[in-house]
Amino acid sequence: MSAEANIRTLTIDEVDVSARADQTILEAAREHNIEIPTLCHLEGLSEVGACRLCLVQVKGARRLLPACVTRVEEGMEVTTHSPRIDRYRTMVLELFFAERNHVCSVCVANGNCELQTLALRLGMTHVEMPYQYPQLPVDASHPRFTVDHNRCVLCTRCVRVCGEIEGANTWGVMGRGAQSLVITDLKEPWGESETCTSCGKCVQVCPTGALFEKSRAGMRAQKHPEFLPYLRIMREGEQQ
Amino acid sequence: MNAEELQQLAAEARDERPQFDYEVNVCMGTGCLSQHSDRVKNALEKEAEISGRKCHVRRTGCMGLCAAGPMVLVEPAETRYGHVHEGDAQEIVASLGGDPVARLDPQLRGYFEGQKHVVLENSGHIDPEKIEEYIARDGYEALVKAVTEMSPGQVIEQIMKSGLRGRGGGGYPTGLKWDTVAKVKGAQKYVICNGDEGDPGAFMDRSVLESDPQRVIEGMAIAAYAIGAAKGYIYVRAEYPLAVQRLTVALQQARRRGLLGSGICETTFNFDIDIRLGAGAFVCGEETALIASIEGKRGTPRPRPPYPAVSGLWGAPTLINNVETFANVAPILRHGGEWFSSMGTARSKGTKVFALTGKIQRTGLVEVPMGMTLRQIIFGIGGGVPDGRKFKAVQTGGPSGGCLPEEHLDLSISYDALISAGSMMGSGGMIVMDDTSCMVSVARFFMEFCMTESCGKCVPCRAGTVQMYELLTRITKGVATHRDLDRLTDLCEVVGATSLCGLGQTAPNPVLSTLRYFRHEYLAHIDEKRCPAGVCEIGTGHPADSAEVTVAGEVHV
Ligand SMILES: Cc1cc2nc3c(=O)[nH]c(=O)nc-3n(C[C@H](O)[C@H](O)[C@H](O)COP(=O)(O)O)c2cc1C
Ligand code: SF4
Ligand code: SF4
Ligand code: FES
Repeated sequence: MSAEANIRTLTIDEVDVSARADQTILEAAREHNIEIPTLCHLEGLSEVGACRLCLVQVKGARRLLPACVTRVEEGMEVTTHSPRIDRYRTMVLELFFAERNHVCSVCVANGNCELQTLALRLGMTHVEMPYQYPQLPVDASHPRFTVDHNRCVLCTRCVRVCGEIEGANTWGVMGRGAQSLVITDLKEPWGESETCTSCGKCVQVCPTGALFEKSRAGMRAQKHPEFLPYLRIMREGEQQ
Repeated sequence: MNAEELQQLAAEARDERPQFDYEVNVCMGTGCLSQHSDRVKNALEKEAEISGRKCHVRRTGCMGLCAAGPMVLVEPAETRYGHVHEGDAQEIVASLGGDPVARLDPQLRGYFEGQKHVVLENSGHIDPEKIEEYIARDGYEALVKAVTEMSPGQVIEQIMKSGLRGRGGGGYPTGLKWDTVAKVKGAQKYVICNGDEGDPGAFMDRSVLESDPQRVIEGMAIAAYAIGAAKGYIYVRAEYPLAVQRLTVALQQARRRGLLGSGICETTFNFDIDIRLGAGAFVCGEETALIASIEGKRGTPRPRPPYPAVSGLWGAPTLINNVETFANVAPILRHGGEWFSSMGTARSKGTKVFALTGKIQRTGLVEVPMGMTLRQIIFGIGGGVPDGRKFKAVQTGGPSGGCLPEEHLDLSISYDALISAGSMMGSGGMIVMDDTSCMVSVARFFMEFCMTESCGKCVPCRAGTVQMYELLTRITKGVATHRDLDRLTDLCEVVGATSLCGLGQTAPNPVLSTLRYFRHEYLAHIDEKRCPAGVCEIGTGHPADSAEVTVAGEVHV
């Protein structure tokens, strides 16, 4: 197949763009500096389509579609912002804030949190919904890292980076609905995990203050998820 | 087995029948067994032997009217008895050939008149653990015909012509789905039968699997031939042990007869089926979650596309249909697609099995042609609301559906009519409510179901159902405001529009439909602090609830 046959042209917010057939709407948009909010997505990891913040309108589609998993198609007409979509996004964010204890002022990630950044960017000024204030555990058994479930948004980035990049498969999800928790091994304390290599990748990719390095507690916990695409390229290089 | 052998076997099995003057069928489905129908069967066998009459006592599957269990059907007279006890056996046997035992005949006829049995044609008539009895009633004729006389394309054409739509809830055209999977290229393809059936109050699929398992196996084998699959899975909830046992026996018998396995009907067609047990999570009935579960992963849905037809089990093209959908396949091939499409409405063909429950005289399974009105089902077949109470609403579609009021009783049942009325066909649950039901509480019940069954993957469903459940609780406690009602409506919209899978997308439906038809009940709770049905104990709510009012927005960001 020729290279051209693999190219799709579409419009995103009335801008003509072209993309490779295997690219998602999100990738095509970002390459053209069109911003779509995301939370569960992280370049270098598989997609789960769980946070629903990247939902966009595609002309002719019955429902809103997640940009992170939807492939581009020839002639697609994508709208990334509209009063309706923006309203849904702020409400989805509110649901995130209300379900656990996201009190930014006392969080290690204050200032470096993707949830907080999204709220500021999407103009979510207040939470209409009652806070759930669940009493969730904090596991500080690991010598270097801590998991605070009160800040977890269940994006499963930790689960994916651990399985897909580190290959340790330490992290998993247990329970369902609002009772879901990320766990290490079969819910052993993190410090007792026999599979954890202490590589710290999960901490780096965690968008919130749920996973943090102990030395950073109380300080600004800067995170560096940028290593992922680089790692992936290296890995793909090795496979060839 | 080839066509001649099948015919011979069918003839042999039929020949056995005239040995007996009478057949006494005893339901040994889950419902009747729980009422000790096994003892009734033993007693009948004993009495038949003592009497010396040519009478065959047979174990069968569900006869439909579970509320009147144990059920007994006497043939050829077609007499049905309900609430039969061991002590009635002698009288029943003595009455054979004469008048039915009047004492035992609680006028069940009304229940069966007006029904049309296609899926349930063998239920209550054959022993589900004897493949010969299925074959005697034309079983496997369709499979043999398909693989020996028809091309896969011709099979699909008949299914398309029939107008059959998926009975698992969505109503997607079955022929179209088969055609898609058939056209996708792939060396390995799979057929999956969805027997997860998790809607509260639904037991249609369980009944079919318990009463006539070969029918589902035959349907799957025909599908496999049509799409080019060699391997199938039946996913059944582990809570259905009897269904699993009967399926296991049925699979062994089908293999032994060469109707499953390699070289079916002396052709090159190979197909076999394994059973997979579900652990009872409602969401595992969603097709992508079900596939993940079969793969041994956590049963959570994933975004579609890609649809299972393109990338399903282990990434291979996969056909997934509901139990009842597969159960319709063999009769369609036997009688032709046109026969099937002659039943029903313009866009909903054939029949549908419903589990009729709630405030109704006769509870049980009914199979009716599409297009029948709700009134005919509820008041005709079901005998209406008992105890002189007044009909209030009928809930269809389970947690994805809605409640329809009296004005809609004359609605003709079809996928589209139910959706436009604000409900759904769903898998076939039909719960009747009388004036003692509070519609806000009903909505809250279904929301609680969705909240606890949410897989937790996506936030609108995981957190949104919790918020909606709490708002509904506030209303039932009489502490809600109009702002709460607006917030509930907003949440319905956002959860419906943004959730990842059907569970979250349809979770607001019970709320939306009750808001549409019974808004006055919501308002009575809010404005007058009164529950019109007298169900909600207003004023006794936990004090914290009223104090909480709208502690919403501390801004933490
Ligand atoms: C939350 C949820 C639960 C479901 N449960 C079932 C079920 O128990 N049985 C079923 O056949 N389909 C169920 N479905 C529908 C399936 O995803 C799928 O559409 C169906 O099995 C396709 O078969 P059909 O085309 O024959 O209806 C469910 C869907 C959702 C979203
Ligand atoms: S711990 Fe962090 S990375 Fe893991 S699921 Fe929670 S928020 Fe996501
Ligand atoms: S809608 Fe609910 S059940 Fe479906 S993926 Fe989202 S959380 Fe899971
Ligand atoms: S980024 Fe697409 S759903 Fe989360």
